[in-house]
Amino acid sequence: MRLIPSAGGGCNSDAAGMAILVVSGLRKSFGSTEVLKGIDLSIAERELVFIIGPSGSGKSTLLRCLNRLEEPSRGSVTFDGVEVTARGTDLNALRRSMGMVFQSFNLYPHMTALGNVTLALRRVLKKPRSEAEALGRRALAGVGLADKALSYPSELSGGQQQRVAIARALALDPKIVLFDEPTSALDPELVGSVLAVMRELKRRGMTMLVVSHELRFAREAADRVVFIDDGRIVEEGSAEAIFTAPRESRTKAFVAQLMR
Amino acid sequence: MTNWQRFVDTFFKPEMMRQYWPSIAQGVLVTVEIAAAVVATGLLLGLLLASLRAYRWQAINVVIVIFVDVFRALPPLVAILLIYFGLPGVGVNLPSFIVLWLVLSLVLAAFAEEIFWAGITSTAKGQWEAARSTGLSFSETLAFVVLPQAIRLGVPPLTNRTIAITKNTALGTVIGVGEILNQATAAQSFSGNATPLMMGAIAYVLLFVPVVVVGRWIETRFAWRRA
Repeated sequence: MRLIPSAGGGCNSDAAGMAILVVSGLRKSFGSTEVLKGIDLSIAERELVFIIGPSGSGKSTLLRCLNRLEEPSRGSVTFDGVEVTARGTDLNALRRSMGMVFQSFNLYPHMTALGNVTLALRRVLKKPRSEAEALGRRALAGVGLADKALSYPSELSGGQQQRVAIARALALDPKIVLFDEPTSALDPELVGSVLAVMRELKRRGMTMLVVSHELRFAREAADRVVFIDDGRIVEEGSAEAIFTAPRESRTKAFVAQLMR
Repeated sequence: MTNWQRFVDTFFKPEMMRQYWPSIAQGVLVTVEIAAAVVATGLLLGLLLASLRAYRWQAINVVIVIFVDVFRALPPLVAILLIYFGLPGVGVNLPSFIVLWLVLSLVLAAFAEEIFWAGITSTAKGQWEAARSTGLSFSETLAFVVLPQAIRLGVPPLTNRTIAITKNTALGTVIGVGEILNQATAAQSFSGNATPLMMGAIAYVLLFVPVVVVGRWIETRFAWRRA
């Protein structure tokens, strides 16, 4: 293991280890609209980085370029020593170790919770059914849904669905999890259960990149907060620094709006 | 002879029924065979074409779309006559049973392709993304995540279309396939009596009412709540 001892409750990247994800000069255009205008970002092992910014600022696009759900136009992404953006990269192999959680859960409606969690275990990792189901049940237990293994998504609340989606990502034992507004589609009373799972993940040392506006969670758990506007990183720093003493005027304006 | 007697003698003459029920039964058997073969081939081919189309290879898609549009536009009877009476001119002699099976299968495949394709395109983009983000390939995502949903979406329109196509087995009568209508019209011209035709009509109803009922059951069974 290449774990570097955590410095404990610190709020800067000194709490984390070596860089596992390096983004440099990343650009993405849709037609003539440039959404990402050169992003440089480095995420360390065990780090939890929050990305905030106005809607349309490119946060989600950035996340989706990291595992190439969107094809970056220029620039490079290197993950765990492998250049994601290189031509010959085995994307399917790479994506196993980069979990992703979506705003709208995206559970497979025709499968049970267990079916959702075990699909990739069986088809990608080629685990036999019994082993996949054991791993799947463990992953569901890890998000507090051991008793919902055989429920269909339509029988679960939004919070439960999102936790199944997290279990689906975690079952593959990823090295990083990308969260794309994981609580934005949830009723307020259901947000807590999802954040509790993320908090536990953080405690276990998972590297996480989170696009979200959950301020309180950011303050409590984020090692670093990155503010993106108009396709560029405007400012980054500890949650405390960004939320209480932002330097840039755009950050100030956005944070003021969030706090309201 | 009263009008009622004349009516019964024309449509329900007992000795006619006794004489011709074996040939009508034979026709039922042939109809069921062709219908089953058409449903199996047509649906499978339609699913295959829709799946191929999902890969969005330009050249193949053009061919698929042309095939689909032609076979949806062409009356099946025209295709049957063209193949049965035209192909021997270039040295290809296909048995009438095969011609009927082929044409109806292709027509069903054309409609089924459109229905499955509509199901594939209306499956949410997030389903693809979720599956691909766990390392599933395009083909695996299509097979395990998208097609099961597309097929369910397609069941109600497919049920209707399948019933419509299987009824078209009656077109086989024009090229001498010994299905229900062919047996009934043959018997009618021998006997000069409409009773065999009525028997044929009853045979169709007895055959297809259960299919329609099962179709309705399938529709409700598959109309599941989307998350």
